[in-house]
Amino acid sequence: MRHLLSTAELAYDDALRILDTAEEMAAVTSREVKKLPTLRGRTVVNLFYEDSTRTRVSFEAAAKRLSADVVNFSAKGSSVSKGESLKDTVQTLDAMGADAIVIRHSAAGSAAQLAASDWSEAAVVNAGDGTHEHPTQALLDALTLRRDWAAAHGQDSPRGTDLAGMKVLIVGDILHSRVARSNLWLLRTLGAEVHFAAPATLLPQGVEQWPATGHYSLDDALAAAPDAVMLLRVQAERMGGAFFPTAAEYTRRWGLTDERLSVVEKLTLGETGKPAVILHPGPMNRGVEISAAAADSPQTRITEQVANGVAVRMAVLHLLLSQSHQEESHS
Amino acid sequence: MVDTPETSQVMSAADIDRALTRIAHEIVESQRGTTGLIILGIPRRGVPLAKRLGEKLISIDPGFDAAAHVGALDITMYRDDLRTAAARTPEPTQLPSAGIDGATVVLVDDVLFSGRTIRAALDALSDYGRPQAVRLAVLVDRGHRELPIRADHVGKNIPTSRSERVSVKISGIDEVPAAEETVVIIR
Repeated sequence: MRHLLSTAELAYDDALRILDTAEEMAAVTSREVKKLPTLRGRTVVNLFYEDSTRTRVSFEAAAKRLSADVVNFSAKGSSVSKGESLKDTVQTLDAMGADAIVIRHSAAGSAAQLAASDWSEAAVVNAGDGTHEHPTQALLDALTLRRDWAAAHGQDSPRGTDLAGMKVLIVGDILHSRVARSNLWLLRTLGAEVHFAAPATLLPQGVEQWPATGHYSLDDALAAAPDAVMLLRVQAERMGGAFFPTAAEYTRRWGLTDERLSVVEKLTLGETGKPAVILHPGPMNRGVEISAAAADSPQTRITEQVANGVAVRMAVLHLLLSQSHQEESHS
Repeated sequence: MVDTPETSQVMSAADIDRALTRIAHEIVESQRGTTGLIILGIPRRGVPLAKRLGEKLISIDPGFDAAAHVGALDITMYRDDLRTAAARTPEPTQLPSAGIDGATVVLVDDVLFSGRTIRAALDALSDYGRPQAVRLAVLVDRGHRELPIRADHVGKNIPTSRSERVSVKISGIDEVPAAEETVVIIR
């Protein structure tokens, strides 16, 4: 693994390796000294062309816990607003000695283009490219799901296990969601079954060719007894057209309301009798896609997702940066 | 095991067991008991060896609580060859819930060679707390140290050349039954 660009091209073994490493990284967070010397003297650049606080802070925390130096570069107030191209920006950062570039950009494929170019020797981590992919989000979701799935099935440790047999329902704006796409590919790789529930206007064209089951009603989708319900944020900033009439209408038909929460409370993780789990990538619109009671339910794993995000990003940076030198010296 | 020109056995399963019994006695003797003693295996083969040392310590001193005072210390993230060697998946670290402050920690590994693993283990340990003393027990010392590190308890000193390889097979890690555990030199 030289870069992490998408979950669609992430092999099963590499995915398990990242998740197993992330389990040990998560343990670091609970010790007295929450820092590892692993990436001492290496530089991680956060190159963010789109607003994002959570993902950037999570990558920053991950890099700092591994003792790397972190340079944050956001397009706002930078030379990008003066018209500098991605190529020139990256070459500038490369000249400063970046070992890894974490990039978020509104254009799908930007991370892949950067990785394929000779602009920089750095390892590239895709932190969200347009509506294409957001692989570390899918990995942290998988880490969260795997821990519950393994524990419910009586495993001492989730290490080495996958999500075979798990049924995951993803609800909301599939059309614009890179989180949904990255999750679909990774969940399939790990052996889970994926269901989508969304208004017809928010399902992409050609979705019937994806390896997932579509539902045009959330109540029907919940009747299919998923083991996990993953809600997507209603992305108001992406809404140019009339995808749904009003927020209230969305909540009525697609939101995890208090009535639907009582249905989810009866769902279990497979045949184990342990309660099903609720995920949300954040930030939440309470009262729109998720009710306050659902957001605070004991089935919700939202704070675990945030903690797991740091662990997964530590694992990814460790695996990419420990190897990159070796591969460079071979070439 | 039949010796071939390429490999020669230097320890049998019985030798390994006797060495661990002796090391356990040495630890109790130098420590004057098992109070404040923590045994930490370094993954991967140090972990089952530490467990077995814990069992031997119970048979010497039934008051020793092995479940609470035998654990594992992963050193993957502290290695000094992370830039040149392929990344390894870290193994779990298990420490006593009471921590290691003030305790005597005995690190356990299968083979002592360059000393770099132990250097990494000492760094890792200092991130978890401040033990009163740290000791080192190894099944095999094959020489060729690159750092000023020595073992306090050695199962067997085996003179080797740098080009030789020492292969340890331990049940629980390697797919061998307990009776076929072995240490061999591969030339």
